[in-house]
Amino acid sequence: MISRGLPSRLGCVLLLALGLLAGAFLSPGAVMAQGAAPDISAPLAQLTTDKYDDTESALGALAVSGSPAAAGIVAALADGRLSYSPATKQVLIKTPQGGLVDAATGQPVAEAPPGVKAVRVNNRIRRAIEAASGTLALVNPDPAKRLEAASAVMRARDEAALPALDAALAKETDAKVKTALTLARASIVIGKAGVPEAERIAAIETVGAQGNQDALAVLRSVPADASPAVKAAAQGAIAGIERSLAIWSVGQNIWYGVSLGSVLLLAAIGLAITFGVMGVINMAHGEMVMLGAYVTFVVQELIRTYNPALFDLSLLIAIPVAFLFTGLIGVLIERTVIRFLYGRALETLLATWGISLILQQAIRTAFGPTNREVGAPSWMSGAFELGQLSITYGRLWIIVFAMLVFVALLATLRLTRIGLEMRAVTQNRRMAASMGIRTNWVDAMTFGLGSGIAGIAGVALSQIDNVSPNLGQSYIIDSFLVVVFGGVGNLWGTLVGAMSLGIANKMLEPYAGAVLGKIALLVIVILFIQKRPRGLFALKGRAIES
Amino acid sequence: MSNLFSHARRVAGRAVAGAAALAIAGVAVPAAAQETIKVGVLHSLSGTMAISETTLKDTVLFMVDQQNAAGGVLGKKLVPVVVDPASNWPLFAEKARELLAKEKVAVVFGCWTSVSRKSVLPVFKELNGILFYPVQYEGEESERNVFYTGAAPNQQAIPAVDYLMENEGVKRWVLAGTDYVYPRTTNKILEAYLKSKGVAAEDIMINYTPFGHSDWQTIVADIKKFGSAGKKTAVVSTINGDANVPFYKELGNQGIKATDIPVVAFSVGEEELAGIDTKPLVGHLAAWNYFQSVDVPENADFIKKWRGYIKNDKRVTNDPMEATVIGFNMWVKAVEKAGTTDPDKVIPALIGVSVPNLTGGFSTMMPNHHITKPVLIGEIKDDGQFDVVEKTPGLIVAEEWSPYLEGSKDLIADWRSPMNCGNFNVKTGKCGAQ
Repeated sequence: MISRGLPSRLGCVLLLALGLLAGAFLSPGAVMAQGAAPDISAPLAQLTTDKYDDTESALGALAVSGSPAAAGIVAALADGRLSYSPATKQVLIKTPQGGLVDAATGQPVAEAPPGVKAVRVNNRIRRAIEAASGTLALVNPDPAKRLEAASAVMRARDEAALPALDAALAKETDAKVKTALTLARASIVIGKAGVPEAERIAAIETVGAQGNQDALAVLRSVPADASPAVKAAAQGAIAGIERSLAIWSVGQNIWYGVSLGSVLLLAAIGLAITFGVMGVINMAHGEMVMLGAYVTFVVQELIRTYNPALFDLSLLIAIPVAFLFTGLIGVLIERTVIRFLYGRALETLLATWGISLILQQAIRTAFGPTNREVGAPSWMSGAFELGQLSITYGRLWIIVFAMLVFVALLATLRLTRIGLEMRAVTQNRRMAASMGIRTNWVDAMTFGLGSGIAGIAGVALSQIDNVSPNLGQSYIIDSFLVVVFGGVGNLWGTLVGAMSLGIANKMLEPYAGAVLGKIALLVIVILFIQKRPRGLFALKGRAIES
Repeated sequence: MSNLFSHARRVAGRAVAGAAALAIAGVAVPAAAQETIKVGVLHSLSGTMAISETTLKDTVLFMVDQQNAAGGVLGKKLVPVVVDPASNWPLFAEKARELLAKEKVAVVFGCWTSVSRKSVLPVFKELNGILFYPVQYEGEESERNVFYTGAAPNQQAIPAVDYLMENEGVKRWVLAGTDYVYPRTTNKILEAYLKSKGVAAEDIMINYTPFGHSDWQTIVADIKKFGSAGKKTAVVSTINGDANVPFYKELGNQGIKATDIPVVAFSVGEEELAGIDTKPLVGHLAAWNYFQSVDVPENADFIKKWRGYIKNDKRVTNDPMEATVIGFNMWVKAVEKAGTTDPDKVIPALIGVSVPNLTGGFSTMMPNHHITKPVLIGEIKDDGQFDVVEKTPGLIVAEEWSPYLEGSKDLIADWRSPMNCGNFNVKTGKCGAQ
């Protein structure tokens, strides 16, 4: 592939943008009035060579051709609807309705010739298309589209778009769009050669007022040969933005910390029951999380097969299913293995470790060793800006979900009969038995509850981590860390432990890096446990006293 | 056992005590009609690496199956011996010993991580076995008993960086990797290379994360910040294994598109993308020596036969699979050339062996025990496949000792006589001196 310099590429985009603009302004009728439609057979032939350089120059040629078909061809290329036949050299557009149209004649094609191939697009072509269609959409009647176009133009910062931008600015009536257009224009002016000093300083002020990461990038592109006054203005604006961003970044780190803390909380909260309340060193806890994630996968597959319309609700459906399934497995493990090992910590550890290996390999045999794809429902995708914070919906929902699970579990333990019995058995087993509580049954239910909670944690974690047989292993150590740090047997301790570990980790990470940050955190926790062996919130209970 | 008989007969002329012992063992077994050659497979089928290595085990079994259908090797059937080192590095050495000493396999195909290869090295040296290693790695090694069919850094990392410099005009670089030997060595080479191309130190950001890192929020935000300095920025990712899925998910979530900050990855292939929704990743890149989407008849034929063998018409193929196939075919050709499976004859016979690769060319085993390869750059498509956007015009010879690293730039490897050395220092003229 020939490497093309930046100027030639800019030139190409310029031609493309202007040409498309012309194409958009001229109605087919106007073209007719000038005579026959221009001949675009040469660029169309270039589209069939399967080379990026040819595609790029074909785009340029198409754009300046003034042909009414050009805009449609470029839009089709952007959406991946443009194909060609290597044999007949015919270029075809797939219409959104699924039909085929010959790009040269505009006539529908009944049947695709054999061996049709898509015209390929890479990052370079994609950027050119983006900038050009942004310029095109500046005259779109829909203000929302114009707003989008303005930010696309600002991102591309293409000097060629300036005349189109000026034209659009002169006609613009919507205040919001006008601000965006002014900003886009200022971003281009800053980097453009030969702009008067006063205009450039005004542009720097406009951009500097934005105060965000994008503005910083624009301000840093002030050319080296700019006058000292311009440079000073840019430096001042950059320093101001960096100051405010430094404050925001503390907020950002806290948000990341809360987000990591909520993941830790989800992973650990089931263990807070099985290990914290019952005192079972449950090495198979991570595998319960993993099973929950696989339940989500199976539920999604079933929904995809039988009722794709319900896909956005798949996670909500998976939550009770995962709870029941992993809860049942938990009861099964308790009844068949763990109940024979109460009071023998080392044997419990080894037995549950063995169970975890069995479960991992069982899943590996059933579903294969590779990752499974669990889709994100539409309400969990994307991000929004809060000031200078960028908050992703997925993380936000996981925090909300973790809190809901925490409150629900707390309510179960405090307000329900089974919760009361669990607490009674934990605090004094013999007394509870004398009062007529079936301690065996309570043990099974408690372990089932802990496992079920781990299962619904798996539903949430399937959104941010790999759904693979190893999923559980990566959380087991962190879960024990949280429960021990927070104080064995205390749910509030688990909450505070998870949040403080999450936030501490994220505050350390920018300075120490991910590897050292994690090591530092472990050292801190070890030192803390030396000082307070029972964690943040110590509780009296069977686990502690025995 | 009967192959031992023929093996012993062929080397009987040599006064080697071990061979004599084998001959005695061989005599005890009557020369049966079904003479066989054992082929060892040393890939993890459980544990963290099973995700990648299981496919390679299947590939070797597939190749054995094909070779047997074509009449075997030297008129003998191949018998695969599969062991499971369970992603446990010391167990790799134990299982290698089992394959070589107990099963007496003629050749072993195996290992994925560099640490597993390092762990089996002493065993292969001691028992004089042959190992074919099919994964791209950090280089800085050349051993008599090992044949490296994956890419060395100059067959993957450097051409990828060149592509970004020339075609995307990248001026600022994030080198992000998992914290172990392959990313650290590769990044050291890349850093030296970028600096030699005039990239300033402040335009390079190096970041390491632990294995299985799943919370990428801070790092992706840092990359975004680093990329807003007004210069075109790209990420070179040596992130390995499971950590990739959450990394790409976070990139998608924070809205970093390939047209803004492209990511070129050296450990992400078709198999890894199978677990992700690739729509937000369209345009991010990977550098390999093979892609499933390569449109040549050899590849189409291979994919068709592979899917027929594995009975799954959706199974993907990837680069380490191609490297396994090339290694297997080279071994078969060398054994036929040598007329024996004796490692002392096969090892020299392998040098110079040339077999077709799956991208429409030929790969040759060079005297440094590495092979020649074309380098392909692919962009991720929305169906989880790669669109090949660049292919080097010729084949690239592996630089096992990087010319960009202090301490290795004077070393060369040549396993032909009279040099017979994996780390010959051209300055001091001595073998083994670093």
